[in-house]
Amino acid sequence: MINPNEDGNEDMETKSTPSSLSDVAKANQARKQPGSGALGVGLEARSIHAWFGDKLVLRDISLDFWSGTVTALIGPSGCGKSTFIRTLNRMHEFIPGAAMAGEVLLNGQDIYEQGTDVTKIRLKVGMVFQKPNPFPSMTIADNVLAGLKLAQLKSENKDDLLEECLERAGLWNEVKDRLNAYGGSLSGGQQQRLCIARSLAVRPEVLLMDEPCSALDPGSTLKIEETIQHLSSSMTIIIVTHNMQQAARVSDYTGFFLSDGGPGELVEVGPTSEIFSRPKDIRTENYVTGRFG
Amino acid sequence: MSTPTLKPTRPWKLTPKQRGLIVLNLVIASALSYLIVLLTPMKGKLAYLSIFFIATIVINFAENYFKRGLAAAKDSIATSFAAAGLIVAVVPIFSILFTIFERGRAGLNFGLFLHDMKLNGPNDPLNQGGLLHALIGSGIMVGIALLISLPIGILTAIYLTEIKGIYSRPIKFLVQAMSGVPSIVAGLFILSAIVFPITKSSSGLMGGFALAILMIPTIARTSEEVLLLIPNDLREAGVALGGTQWRTISLIVVPAAKSGLITATILGLARVAGETAPLVLVSGGGDAVNTNPFQSPMGSLPFYIWKGFTFGTTESIARSWAGIFVLLSLIFILFIAARTLSGSRSSK
Amino acid sequence: MSTSTPIVNSANSTPEKRELTTKPRFSDKVFRGVATAGGLSSLVILGLILIFLGYQGFQVLRSEGIGFITGSNWQVVQDNAGNTDLEASTFGIAAMLVGTLLCAALAVSIAVPISVLCALYLTFYAPQFLKKMMVAIIDLMAAFPSILFGMWGFFILMPHVEYWAKLIHRYFSWIPLFKMEIPVYTRSPFVAGVVLAIMIIPIITSVSREIFSQTPLDRIQAAYALGATRWSMIRAVVIPYGKSGVVGGAMLGLGRAMGETVAVYTVLNLVYQINWHVLIGAGGNVASMILLKFGEAGPTETRALMAAGLVLFILTLIVNSIANAIVSRTGGKGR
Repeated sequence: MINPNEDGNEDMETKSTPSSLSDVAKANQARKQPGSGALGVGLEARSIHAWFGDKLVLRDISLDFWSGTVTALIGPSGCGKSTFIRTLNRMHEFIPGAAMAGEVLLNGQDIYEQGTDVTKIRLKVGMVFQKPNPFPSMTIADNVLAGLKLAQLKSENKDDLLEECLERAGLWNEVKDRLNAYGGSLSGGQQQRLCIARSLAVRPEVLLMDEPCSALDPGSTLKIEETIQHLSSSMTIIIVTHNMQQAARVSDYTGFFLSDGGPGELVEVGPTSEIFSRPKDIRTENYVTGRFG
Repeated sequence: MSTPTLKPTRPWKLTPKQRGLIVLNLVIASALSYLIVLLTPMKGKLAYLSIFFIATIVINFAENYFKRGLAAAKDSIATSFAAAGLIVAVVPIFSILFTIFERGRAGLNFGLFLHDMKLNGPNDPLNQGGLLHALIGSGIMVGIALLISLPIGILTAIYLTEIKGIYSRPIKFLVQAMSGVPSIVAGLFILSAIVFPITKSSSGLMGGFALAILMIPTIARTSEEVLLLIPNDLREAGVALGGTQWRTISLIVVPAAKSGLITATILGLARVAGETAPLVLVSGGGDAVNTNPFQSPMGSLPFYIWKGFTFGTTESIARSWAGIFVLLSLIFILFIAARTLSGSRSSK
Repeated sequence: MSTSTPIVNSANSTPEKRELTTKPRFSDKVFRGVATAGGLSSLVILGLILIFLGYQGFQVLRSEGIGFITGSNWQVVQDNAGNTDLEASTFGIAAMLVGTLLCAALAVSIAVPISVLCALYLTFYAPQFLKKMMVAIIDLMAAFPSILFGMWGFFILMPHVEYWAKLIHRYFSWIPLFKMEIPVYTRSPFVAGVVLAIMIIPIITSVSREIFSQTPLDRIQAAYALGATRWSMIRAVVIPYGKSGVVGGAMLGLGRAMGETVAVYTVLNLVYQINWHVLIGAGGNVASMILLKFGEAGPTETRALMAAGLVLFILTLIVNSIANAIVSRTGGKGR
């Protein structure tokens, strides 16, 4: 569990050219404005287990996500990171045979409680997927506002919302002249930012990102990372990534998942700079230093 | 870390309470429709059903609207409509199966499979005569159709998936077009191309030809789908081992697709076993067992049913229902066989 | 690429492309020939159907001209010797063509909404066990022989449908389609349309289900992740993706309904008069007419029936081609 008060960046003055991941992470944390950090616990996972059929794929994950922070989940393929974040907005249940145990508390309320309206949960916990997936039958503008239509929400001023969301996703300047073009006409990186804008339009409190850059080129990746940093001041962001540099660049906290053939477990979690500089667990150290995975 | 003695849960499944609520809604809707039919001039089964449907929708809409809002309420309407669509689509099937069972029973007896109608008219008591000649005739004609269409169908599928020659696209298109040829046109074609100019009389062989025309596209299309499922690696592995294309396909691809190809064949058989119109035109229908497909008309199950129906008396129609019972049982067996085969293939 | 001295002198010229051709072995050549021959058989058969029906029907078509498809008279005049007089006889199938289209269109307009809802239910709502069972049952229904639909329609369904027809007539007779001068409800195009609708529901359902189930999962999940309900997800993602596939499926159903013979024969009263009023017990159908007339037809009338078959063949060929073009286009594309 993370305690934001022991941030562990006492030595943040040592600002040399970042030569290692831990330096990158430190530099990143140093850049954060004071006071823009943790606003309180937004989302808490309590002892999450997950099954596919009879196979236990996640064991006992407990993790708190603080508002206004970015948490990166790293780990080798097949360690259950994606499954974990899909339990956080109840996308897990779409897989036939899926089951879970534990609780996910959003503002203190268990999202799996009986009688919870799952569509409302997904409005509050948005998600950006691995592959950009704008709705091809909709224009750019329609795509951004799709969530309003899908969830039958009303908006006072759609144009303002459209501009705001595209602005926050860092796409406004690129598409403001062709809002009526189809979403499929954008480049891959632009499409992914369009998907981020689409998620923002329903004003989620938490944004889950499942390897959002794995299908993109380095330039687009950089843009998305900038977007993530802009967004992090106002919402909780949880990002699954294979790319350790990315975790170091964008996140405040990092959780390391590992599976030794059995169910995935959370090996270690802490401030990103610590995970990359002084990991407590030898397996984490091996992973972040590139000795395996 | 605690050892996971936790039980997997599925919180998204309906709870008993929610299920109870659904049942309650349906009960309220039925009560409401009963009352409305009682108190208003609307009468009849149709009134019950439509009022019940509307009442269900209204109750679900109200419940969801107050609990979860407009979007959920709309969703509940859509759910009701979709479920109604399924029910409307499925009711005829059960009605048909029930009817066959109910009406076919009277004419069913063991003698059906031992006798033909040589000595009996359709009006004779049901325990006389039988459909042996029809069964044999159907078997022979479907067999002829199979002999013709199996090689052609599978070769077409192989051409489309393995050779991928320049004609692939047009041939795919033509096979699809061919599967839409009305059955009566197939009969007319055999009449115009063979019966009138050459044989001048109907026979089982002509029936087999007509059925083959209808069977080729079914086999070709289903086989094509099956062959497309065979991973390309297998083909490349075969060729990389120095096999010719012919050997690769005959020794690796086709055996790998064997059960699927058998399924395709069975589906083709099921499709043509009940074809009536072309057989009425080209194979005629004798009343005696005829095992020679080259000469004189040959009976068939569909023709037997057809004849009984058009004769129009109580006994003859009862014969027809018994015939349908037998025909559908055969189709059912074929269908189960195809399902089992393709099921065991996909589960592997 | 070798790093040794270039063979081509000038530095900028790209080298000639080398032909990559495998010369097939003899056994492969034979094999390819045989498979190609098999593949071409469908072309041959379709071509032969056209040629033979055209050849047999040519005489009648020539003597009737365009009247064959615009006229509604079917009259065989025999001379004193008992031979058919082609000049005096008239053969026109307009009433039958109109009837065919009317019944088939009616069937499609009844079947499409039911099938689409059914396919949506099976793809997105039904629990797994129900889905498996229902898909098997509906597939089985597609294999029911048409004579079965005909007899069931005649004995079981027709009384019900006549009752519905009376209700429709009572409340909707202001619509021209449902007008009725003579109150005869038996064996009307409406009855035939309902029977045909039941026959094509399995076809349209399975095509629609196929298309719906190909909807890209990531789009479905994206919609759900935005807080969509099932219905709003279907409207935003599934319908735009699948609609042209459904149109194709409906056209396939239309083709099947147009060519249906026996089932229509049993439940439709064939009358040689163009009738647009679907509730009146008088309709037409090319395929059924061929079956009806065939038994007692002389040589010339048989030729006329061949010509009618040719028209039906071409009609269904066109409808099916359009349908297949639409279905295969949607199947492959991302949209």
